[in-house]
Amino acid sequence: MKRARIGPWIALTLGTLYFIVPLIATFEFSLRMRRGEYSFDAYRVVFADARFQATFGYSSLLALATIIVGVLLVVPTAYWVNLRLPKLRPVIEFITLLPLVIPAIVLVFGYLRLYNSESWLPMTGHEQATDLLLTFGYVTLALPYMYRAVDNGLRAIDVRTLTEAAQSLGAGWPTILFRVILPNVRVAVLSGAFLTFAIVIGEFTMAALLNRPAFGPYLQLIGANRAYEPSALAIIAFAVTWACMGLINLVGRGARTAAPAP
Amino acid sequence: MAFLEIDHLRKAFGQITVVEDFNLAIERGEFVSFLGPSGCGKTTTLRMVAGFESPTSGIIRIDGKDVTEAKPNQRNVGMVFQSYALFPNMTIAENVGFGLKVAGRPAGEIKTRVEEMLALIKLPQVGGRYPYQLSGGQQQRVALARALAIKPKVLLLDEPLSALDAKIRVSLRQEIRQIQRELGITAIYVTHDQEEALSISDRIVVMSQGRMEQVGTPFEIYNYPRTRFVASFVGTLNVLKGQVVDAAAGKVTIDGQPIASASHLNGAKPGEACSIALRPEAVSLTDPTSGANSLQGMVEEVSFLGSVVRIRVRFGENAISLDTFNKPSVAPPAWGTKVTVSFARDALLVLDGAEAA
Ligand SMILES: Nc1ncnc2c1ncn2[C@@H]1O[C@H](COP(=O)(O)OP(=O)(O)OP(=O)(O)O)[C@@H](O)[C@H]1O
Ligand SMILES: [Mg+2]
Repeated sequence: MKRARIGPWIALTLGTLYFIVPLIATFEFSLRMRRGEYSFDAYRVVFADARFQATFGYSSLLALATIIVGVLLVVPTAYWVNLRLPKLRPVIEFITLLPLVIPAIVLVFGYLRLYNSESWLPMTGHEQATDLLLTFGYVTLALPYMYRAVDNGLRAIDVRTLTEAAQSLGAGWPTILFRVILPNVRVAVLSGAFLTFAIVIGEFTMAALLNRPAFGPYLQLIGANRAYEPSALAIIAFAVTWACMGLINLVGRGARTAAPAP
Repeated sequence: MAFLEIDHLRKAFGQITVVEDFNLAIERGEFVSFLGPSGCGKTTTLRMVAGFESPTSGIIRIDGKDVTEAKPNQRNVGMVFQSYALFPNMTIAENVGFGLKVAGRPAGEIKTRVEEMLALIKLPQVGGRYPYQLSGGQQQRVALARALAIKPKVLLLDEPLSALDAKIRVSLRQEIRQIQRELGITAIYVTHDQEEALSISDRIVVMSQGRMEQVGTPFEIYNYPRTRFVASFVGTLNVLKGQVVDAAAGKVTIDGQPIASASHLNGAKPGEACSIALRPEAVSLTDPTSGANSLQGMVEEVSFLGSVVRIRVRFGENAISLDTFNKPSVAPPAWGTKVTVSFARDALLVLDGAEAA
């Protein structure tokens, strides 16, 4: 009995140590800016840095735009595939998985070739146009997560019958989509949204190569030039990601207690 | 002109025809059931009326208007689904009021109508609840209220009770029928349960393999089935194999014993095999009155069903099940007893010659 239980505990302990020790070490190091005592000076410096505020704000804004574009793209597509084109599901799933296989660097070089200032559509020539390009890039990166989340949500409800019920009551497509389908996959959409947010906040390659002032490149810049601040930033980035995960759980649980599936 | 007309309706999925030459005229306020085994095309026909499937050919008219090509949300047809299909994110009141809200009715009117509908289904208190907080039977009543709230021209119900247990099925079907009568709404009810169809319909359409087998009142369908399929699908039926003696006089022998039918056997030759059917309740264990048929046999099985006792009597190759009412004063016959069964001449149903095998 005793021995059978020890094995899993050892595995769990080793796993936990593997993840926790570097995190604790980083945190500990980030507190050592002031000589001889622990302090949050590194954090104070980071938060006071105008570039931190600017890049974090910029990335948050882009994350928001990415989420909106992503939801508007993915929800109707996944809905239509579920409703009318179930045979196409494997194809669509394959397409949504492609961003995991194709590195972001390939994608962004493709962008630069297609949309550079000498091309027929010189999007990289203007800041706003580049932002748009970056948003679309982010939508692509987040696609596997967003699509899977929404598709799972749609499979949990009887899309076809709900659609037909709404139709027979006189509803048109916009009403069905926004008043019947979307509210019933709200939790799925939100978890897709938080994942998207976490991805966009930490993304480096695209923003750097498109030369936009995003949070990812800022992290890299600080990391290359400072001692304590990068550790503080790493902890902050962790906190943001975990906050997103926590929100996914919270929203999921909240929705379940408020209106559990029948 | 009838209120709902279905004219030469046909539906094929690819190469496979699932509904063929469907013709039906339904009067205003009529309650019609589509009855048939699984896969016979009942749902497909109903969905064409609702607009969820478009017919391969044929015409559907509602209240004189051709709606064959109209979209489902422009037909003003109410639909009740087997799986209830209430919107999980909305309260009961919001569900019932959905159609009116979509139509842009003022909030006050919606509120009044919702209350009226909830009173109609005898669930006036549940407006603030969510669908998952109701039982299956209650959810289906709400679905009915939701479909009726928009005052549809036609109410369509696709096996609305098959997800519920037996007791609720019986009470709810009566409630549906009563509400339908009260509102005078035209209704089509799809079911594969013959008892359900017989008990609540004005008329029944019996379907098999995409074809209409027979259309008639429950009385007609049960007592005068026109095809062998209808006879065997609706109710219990004894099918006897006999030999023709005199086709014109309707004379036949069953395992060597002569009987006569009131109807003649169209064009059969003496000595040929024929099929004859009898309802269990048309047969009695008493001695024949004058002119009635009788057969001698042996009691093979006795099943006590409560108010009715079902007895099977064997004659040779053939056997008959018959129903007698339970009388506490008279014990049913013992197994192996020799008995005489009798039945009227006009109780015999001569089944389609072509299908008699
Ligand atoms: N979308 C479709 N594509 C291909 N075949 C279909 C489709 N819908 C129905 N069918 C076929 O049409 C036939 C009739 O189906 P339908 O659903 O109308 O039967 P039903 O009488 O309602 O049966 P049940 O009592 O099982 O509900 C079936 O053989 C079915 O396989
Ligand atoms: Mg069906």
